[in-house]
Amino acid sequence: MITRKRLAAAVCGLLVTLTGGLTPAPAVADAEPAPAKEPPKVELVLDVSGSMRAKDIDGQSRMSAAKQAFNEVLDAVPDEVRLGIRTLGADYPGKDRETGCKDTRQLYPVGRLDRTEAKTAVATLAPTGWTPIGPALLGAAKDLEGGNATRRIVLITDGEDTCAPLDPCEVAREIAAKGIGLTIDTLGLVPNAKMRAQLMCIAEATGGTYTSIRHKDELSDRVGQLVDRAADPVATPAPAQGADSCANAPQLKTGLYSDRETFGQHRWYKVDLLPGQELRASVSVAADRPVNRDYGVMLRASTVHGREMVRGEAAGDGRTDVISTGLRYPKPDTDDSDSDSGDGDGKPAAETVCLRVSNSFSAPAGVKTAPGLPVELTIDVVDGPDEAADTAFFGLGRGWWFLAALILVGFAAGVLWGWLSRWRVTVWRTN
Amino acid sequence: MRTVRTLASLLLGGAALLALPGTAHAETPSPSASAEAAPTEAGTSFRTATVVRPGQRATANASTGDYLYWQFPADAGDRATVRATVTLPEKAAPRSGAHTWQLDVYDGLRRHQACRYGSTTKSLAADARSVELTCALRTVRALAEPWANDPLPGVYHVRLTVVGAPAADLGQPVDAALEITTADAGAASAVDGSLSTPLVPSTGRAVEPDGGWSSGWWSPRWLWTAAGAALAALAGIWGYSLTRGRGRVLS
Repeated sequence: MITRKRLAAAVCGLLVTLTGGLTPAPAVADAEPAPAKEPPKVELVLDVSGSMRAKDIDGQSRMSAAKQAFNEVLDAVPDEVRLGIRTLGADYPGKDRETGCKDTRQLYPVGRLDRTEAKTAVATLAPTGWTPIGPALLGAAKDLEGGNATRRIVLITDGEDTCAPLDPCEVAREIAAKGIGLTIDTLGLVPNAKMRAQLMCIAEATGGTYTSIRHKDELSDRVGQLVDRAADPVATPAPAQGADSCANAPQLKTGLYSDRETFGQHRWYKVDLLPGQELRASVSVAADRPVNRDYGVMLRASTVHGREMVRGEAAGDGRTDVISTGLRYPKPDTDDSDSDSGDGDGKPAAETVCLRVSNSFSAPAGVKTAPGLPVELTIDVVDGPDEAADTAFFGLGRGWWFLAALILVGFAAGVLWGWLSRWRVTVWRTN
Repeated sequence: MRTVRTLASLLLGGAALLALPGTAHAETPSPSASAEAAPTEAGTSFRTATVVRPGQRATANASTGDYLYWQFPADAGDRATVRATVTLPEKAAPRSGAHTWQLDVYDGLRRHQACRYGSTTKSLAADARSVELTCALRTVRALAEPWANDPLPGVYHVRLTVVGAPAADLGQPVDAALEITTADAGAASAVDGSLSTPLVPSTGRAVEPDGGWSSGWWSPRWLWTAAGAALAALAGIWGYSLTRGRGRVLS
């Protein structure tokens, strides 16, 4: 049966190749998420604290460099981006810490950009107060709330947060834990060690980047680049919550999912798979905080009874953003004759595949373990592969040995046939 | 007889032209690919990875410490080589120590890929300006067992990052460039079976080689086999003729 199918396929293939290569289009991206994507939202958070007066960026004050950069960036913002501006330390010049640490306000609301208006608003700024980064980030996260847009905060500052005990890094972690897919990119103007550590921690916690700025053009280039990046269309993962056993696990379909998994935790998911379909799953576990040097991740596909079918595993060491692995599980096509597991009407039953994600990250002392590490899971259910019946391509041959063998056999057959027919003629004549 | 001979010689000629492994069409920067503008940005994660076509030279400005991601399509029979160059701009602040850069390649299932040769981790001395990393990937097979880690047709992700640098140097500007070349491994690596769709996640970016994914129906093995059959037939006729006719040799 299978051989006959294969033969038919080969003939078809020959026809296709002979008639000029009718290549069937690959079926990709047939499961595009339906809801319309909102335009991306970006908020620029600018430090207007007193220290911005320092004249150490190409001979200019930090503030004027920032203003110039903002003008350039505002001119180049892509039309689809909804941009807002928030300041910190712009209004309160006094010495009272409590008031100074609440000093953050939205200078320009997130929305369709009116370039002149935004530029005028930026021009009014003068270096004034404290550096309340934490409250500013919370405010910015609130400004960007709602909808399914890609969100990005670009934080530009020249000093570390002066408003302890609210650690801005903890704030960033909390924002990330909400699972709204908000990225914070940080830019440090003429950074020192402590500030660099703080800004890098903020960026790491949300999957953003950190840049140190020493020249004016670097600032405008980088901010422009980050705003453009926000405009780049990309799929947003849907939140999923894995369970601690397969029985309680959430049912996943083709798509992109995000979850959290703490150190050493196991997360279970399940996927229904019909005979003749193939499951493709990949998982990435992100290290959004300092972790120990060696780490790994494992993705295991098993039956509901716990029999392992296939696994993907990866190990790594050193500095990393994610560790990822994946697996393919093609479920063999059942023959029609032995559809014993069907549910009566001849439809084959789907098999539940349990997927387990585990990681071997470990945290150094003093690093918080909750919330867990961000997990990104990609699930694809596609048609199964055209299984190989032979190692070689359709069992076809290749090479000089192969040609020589065919020629030899052909020659021998020819000679034999000749002898045979001569012998037959002789026999017929004698009779 | 004459026609048969002509046909056979044509077939043989065709086989000799097309079937010789890898030599006829190596190094594939096709004109259409280089005509397209090469990307000047890199992504920051698997999902946002920038699509690069083989033959293009993708560039990116980034900060030391960024994770730069690109992706490119590789089809069955391809042997891809990834070449990344990291250059520190002239005006960058002096570095406080050596930087170690690393290139990682992952397949469409985000599985880490081995390199046949090439150095994927290299150190950049404090006074050096640039470093080149390479990874020559294994031949992409049309199909492998699910338990195997063999490269399969689909998208391949490239990650470039600094893995070791003094903390004071992180965040400083850096320029990166990436080039991908593919060579055809030829008929010798044509295996049976094929995936229903290449390993391109449906939620990711649409990636396709120039001219689309191969249908899985073509291999120069068809030519070899056809030529072999024709030669066998000719040899058969010759052998037959030796036993027959007036000037027969084999009696």
